[in-house]
Order: sequence, then structure tokens, then C-alpha cells
Amino acid sequence: MPDDLRTWRNLPDENGRFGEFGGRYVAETLMPLVHDLERAYREAKASNEFRAELDAFLRDYVGRPSPLYFAERLTAHYGGAKIYFKREELNHTGAHKINNCLGQILLAMRMGKTRIIAETGAGQHGVATATVCARFGLPCTVFMGAVDIERQKPNVFRMRLLGAEVRPVTSGAATLKDAMNEALRDWVTNVENTFYIIGTVAGPHPYPELVRDFQSVIGHEARAQHIEKEGKLPDAVIACVGGGSNAIGLFHPFLQDESVAIYGVEAAGRGIDDRFEHSAAIGGGRPGVLHGNRTYLLQNEDGQILEGHSISAGLDYPGVGPEHAYLHSIGRATYLSATDDEALAAFQLCGQLEGILPALESAHALARVGDVAKQLGAGKSIILNLSGRGDKDIFTVADALGTTLA
Amino acid sequence: MSERLAARFAALRAQNRAALIAYVMADDPNPDVSLDILRALPQAGADIIELGFPFTDPMADGPSIQRAGLRSLKAGGSLKRTLALLAKFREEDQATPVILMGYANPIEQMGYADFAAAAKFAGADGLIAVDIPPEEDSPLRAALQNENIALIRMATPTTDAARLPKILEGASGFVYYVSVTGVTGAKAIGPAAAREAVQRIKRATDLPVAVGFGVRDAESARAIAEVADAVVVGSAFVDEIAKAVDADRIQDAPQNVAHKVKLLADAVHGAARTAQQESARA
Ligand SMILES: Cc1ncc(COP(=O)(O)O)c(C=O)c1O
Repeated sequence: MPDDLRTWRNLPDENGRFGEFGGRYVAETLMPLVHDLERAYREAKASNEFRAELDAFLRDYVGRPSPLYFAERLTAHYGGAKIYFKREELNHTGAHKINNCLGQILLAMRMGKTRIIAETGAGQHGVATATVCARFGLPCTVFMGAVDIERQKPNVFRMRLLGAEVRPVTSGAATLKDAMNEALRDWVTNVENTFYIIGTVAGPHPYPELVRDFQSVIGHEARAQHIEKEGKLPDAVIACVGGGSNAIGLFHPFLQDESVAIYGVEAAGRGIDDRFEHSAAIGGGRPGVLHGNRTYLLQNEDGQILEGHSISAGLDYPGVGPEHAYLHSIGRATYLSATDDEALAAFQLCGQLEGILPALESAHALARVGDVAKQLGAGKSIILNLSGRGDKDIFTVADALGTTLA
Repeated sequence: MSERLAARFAALRAQNRAALIAYVMADDPNPDVSLDILRALPQAGADIIELGFPFTDPMADGPSIQRAGLRSLKAGGSLKRTLALLAKFREEDQATPVILMGYANPIEQMGYADFAAAAKFAGADGLIAVDIPPEEDSPLRAALQNENIALIRMATPTTDAARLPKILEGASGFVYYVSVTGVTGAKAIGPAAAREAVQRIKRATDLPVAVGFGVRDAESARAIAEVADAVVVGSAFVDEIAKAVDADRIQDAPQNVAHKVKLLADAVHGAARTAQQESARA
């Protein structure tokens, strides 16, 4: 076993590195806070009380464990390995995002913080953050690109109903990465009382680690559920990758199971080429530094960050979590991609065969699962992370299919 | 450290004066006017120039400098072009120290060694990399050291007694005290607190201490200049460029910026300083 493999469990290292990726690239003003957060997280992680409180909320408020469901008709459709869905779309608020938000808000309260901020693209993380803020009675400000506010009106209204302030971001291109810039600016301005709940495995160390840990409940449950149903480990796991939180949550508990193949699926948008009309940071980007860490990024020669594109707003981010960059670099995980059209087709197929409308994000994983199932063949099995439900996407899908909704 | 920078601080010390460090963004609003602006700065009284290079995602900057970056990018600005602009400026001015300021990724893409060599060649004396804190800066620091370029480190209101020594340990050129928790140009400085912080830092280092991020007007510039070795002003100058652009009169930008620089330079240079402060550590 190469050395890299042995150290998996212990990453990131004390500098927040996954190999050459990760780190803490933030303004000096934030460095003491980032160190504080790390200390507080280590303490919380070691606390049985914290764990018990989080588990109770995951059970009674989120509805965990989420089921592992055998997608029998989809399996038959492809005629290969058995396909299981990890049903994160059944969580409260309809996606995996809440697993992380709960963990972070409990941590925030432990640290005595009294105000929560978050960034959001599609609005899913914003809704999940607004939800936990309502539950625990903390004021919540969600930064959202003005362009995204226009594209995602239902989620904007949801956040407002939950009592959050949605602050439009007009700087830059007015989408997710600019919302993240603005959240970082707010944090640097309100360091005393504010906790920044980052929505994916991005940001400076320790965020990629703690978001991964809070999302790993997905993989831990799925691993045990699969063993219970099949009496063995799955042969592959697969998930869509935006920033990469639902994917790493599923993958991480399987990293040391070398027999389990790991597949991430990035958004290929209108195709991965030099027009950069995609969001596949690993498939079509290069390493660089953005939002606190070193990772794969969509960028030009001068290191300017490019906007990218995906039909799914939740995958429309020019970077990817540093641990994915690392798993790619050592070959432990394989990163595939799916185009807008492939995701749309998979969205419909899943609805028609399984009676489940998946989130467009999750539909990217669904678009590749057939290839993997056929490649593995009968007698094998795959777990796919169904990270969210598709209700939020019906307007986008209708639009793409040329249907007008009233 | 760069000799030009050391010489400038030594000369200022001999005159018991504080320095005005003037920040502008390279290629804002376009390369030609930007060169004129750069050339006007020393004449108007700027002692040191901080030359920003553009980045799409300037997470520590307020609206003024964000927009300056966008104007620069729109005009074709880049790190390479910034160095070309500096080289042109150096054709006529070999005395004014120039500190480059920007974000990590353009430097990462050029590569640390190539960047250091190119910056030296262009005539840079220092670098402020906003999102490369001490925990991450050793490879860059080594590359810059090879070329005698100072890596300027920052202290902030969140820097406590335990962290300050870590910041000072690898600092060179000067120490940049970020006087407000916030982004550039947004909050106004509280001169009293900033003065206290400067004195605290000066007790711990022999390096000059500059104060920036919240200084916009002559009054606060003067108050800071009474105790600090340098006062950094940026957004107030960049706003003059924005006004000229908005009024469709970019040809006026150099003159308008120069006017503002003179106002602040006079305040900084006229600050009453006691000789004792200069030798506080002697
Ligand atoms: C349902 C769903 N899946 C996936 C994602 C992508 O994020 P990540 O890659 O962090 O899981 C999002 C983001 O909004 C989402 O809403």
C-alpha cells in the first residue's frame, strides 16, 4: 500500500493540507478566527455531549437515518450492477445540506457566536442555514448573487419566510463565488460576534474538514445499511460534485475500503472545452488558490477566476473541495462529468422509472451511474448519493424542455 | 530588504517625517492613463507607491477597490501587464519604492520563482499578498528573498500578543497595520486605537510601521502620521479615478488624483512628531 493511502484517515495534516491542496489562504484579520474555530471544533469533536446533541437533532429534526433504497427498475434498465440510492433528498429541507448546517450552528453556539452568515447559489444551503437559524433563534444573513436571486425566486422566498435576511450581491458576476466573497467580507468586518456557515467543503482549514465530518454521516449510514442488505461492501460509490460536500460525505467512510471504487461526477455544462461553459474544476481546471484553499479552479492564464456554467445552480462553482483535488491526484477517486443535456435526461428517467424527481445536481451522478453499473456488471452493487429532491428545479427543467409553467 | 525601500525610510527618519504610501490599481482606468497617474504620485508628494494588480475575487477589498480591479481587468489588466507598467514607470523614476499588492492566485499561476524574478526585473521593492498569511508564505518568502524583495506582513486589530511575534518573525520591509476589522475603504479609522496599536507594534520591532485600510481624510492621516512611520491611503485616490470615469473625463484622472495626494501628503508630512517616538526602541 503506498504511503498516501495509509495517511488518508489523518488528513488534513495540522496545516490543513491534503497533500499539496487545502491550507488557510485568508486575510490576516481572519487568521486568529480560523485558529479559534479549529480549536473549538477539536473540542466539540471530542465531546460526547456535542455528539449526542447533534445526533438527536439529526434523528428527530432531520429525519435520519435516511434510507438506502434499491432502485430496482433503474437497475433493470441498465442491466448491470445493482443500484442503491442513499436517500438524502428525504431529509428535512430536501437535501444533504442540513447535516452540515446543524453541525455548524451547534458549534457556533458553543463558541458563543450570536449572528450567522452564509453564502448560497441555488438557495439550498441558504434555506438549510435559514432553517437551523430559525430553530435556534439566531439572526441569519444569507449572501446571494443578484443573478441567482432572479433565477431562484422560490428559495429566496423560503429563506425570507424562515426569517433570514437575503442580501443581494452585485459585485463581480453576481453569482455564487461573489456571494462567497461577500460573506468573507462580512466575516472580516464582524469578527466579534459572527459565525460563517460555509455550505460546502471549501474555504480555509478547518472548514473542508469539519464540513466533511458533518456530512460523513451519509457514508457511515450507507456503509452499514449496505452491509446489512447485501452482506458485503458495495463495489462502487458515486455522487455529484459541486464544491463536493455530499460526495465527500459519502466517500470518506469508504476511503480505506480499497475494493470500493469511488466516482465523483462534475458538471460538464455545454461541454468541457476552452469556452469554459462548464463547472468541472477537476476535469477542465488547474490548481490555484481561491476562497481560502489551494485546489483545482476554472481560471485563465493570469489566474483570474472564470464563471463557468451548469444547468444546475448548485454545481455552478469554479472550484472544488481540496480533498477531492487530493483524491484525484493520488488516483483514489475518479472524476467523471455529465453535460446539462445528460443530466436533464437522467432527471426524467429517474422520475419515470423510480417515481423520484432528483435534484438536477444529483441527476449528474444519475447520468453516469449506468456506465458504472454496466462496467461492473451483474452481481455487483453501487451506492449513488441522491443528494436532493428536484421540486426546486421544475422551473429550470420546464424551461429546458420548452414547456411553460403558469 | 530592497535598498530603495530601506533608503527611503532612512531618509524619512532623518527628516523625522512619516511617509505617505499611495495605493492605485494598475491599468485603472487604462494602461496609458494609469502610467500618467503613477508618474504624478511622487510629484504630488507620495513617498512610496503601492501598486495593485487585479484579481476577479478580491475578498479583502471594499467596493472602491473592487471596482478599480474590474476596470483594470476590462482594460486588459493582469499581473504581467502590471509588471510591464511598473517597468515603464521605472524608466523615469528609479527612486520611489513600489510595493506590489494583490491576491495569491495570479502569483501562483506565474510561479513563485518566476514572479520574484519578473518583479525584480520590473523594479518592484516589495509585495503584499493579502490572502497569503504567515502560515502559508514560506515558499514565497524564500523566492522573494533571493531577489531582495520584501514580503510585507500585516497585523490587525485581531492580532493578539501571542500572534504578533509570529507575524514579526518573518516580516521584512515594514509592518502593515490594518487599522480596522473590515475591507479596504469601508470603515473609518479610529485614530486613537490605531495609534495605540502602532506603539504596541513598535515596541516589538525595529521595522517601520505603516497604517492603512481606513484612512481617507487629512485629519486622520495627520493623527496617524504623528506616531506611525507611514500612512497608506488607497480608496480615496481610487475614488477620484472612478469619478473621472463616471464623468467621462478619464483624461482628468491623473490631475485629480494628484490633487488628492497632495492634500494627504501635506497632512502626513506636516504631522507633529516628537524625536522621542523615533527612538522609542533605541
Ligand atoms: C441537492 C444538491 N446536491 C449537490 C449540491 C452540490 O454541493 P456539494 O457538491 O457541496 O454537495 C447542491 C448544492 O446546492 C445541492 O443542492
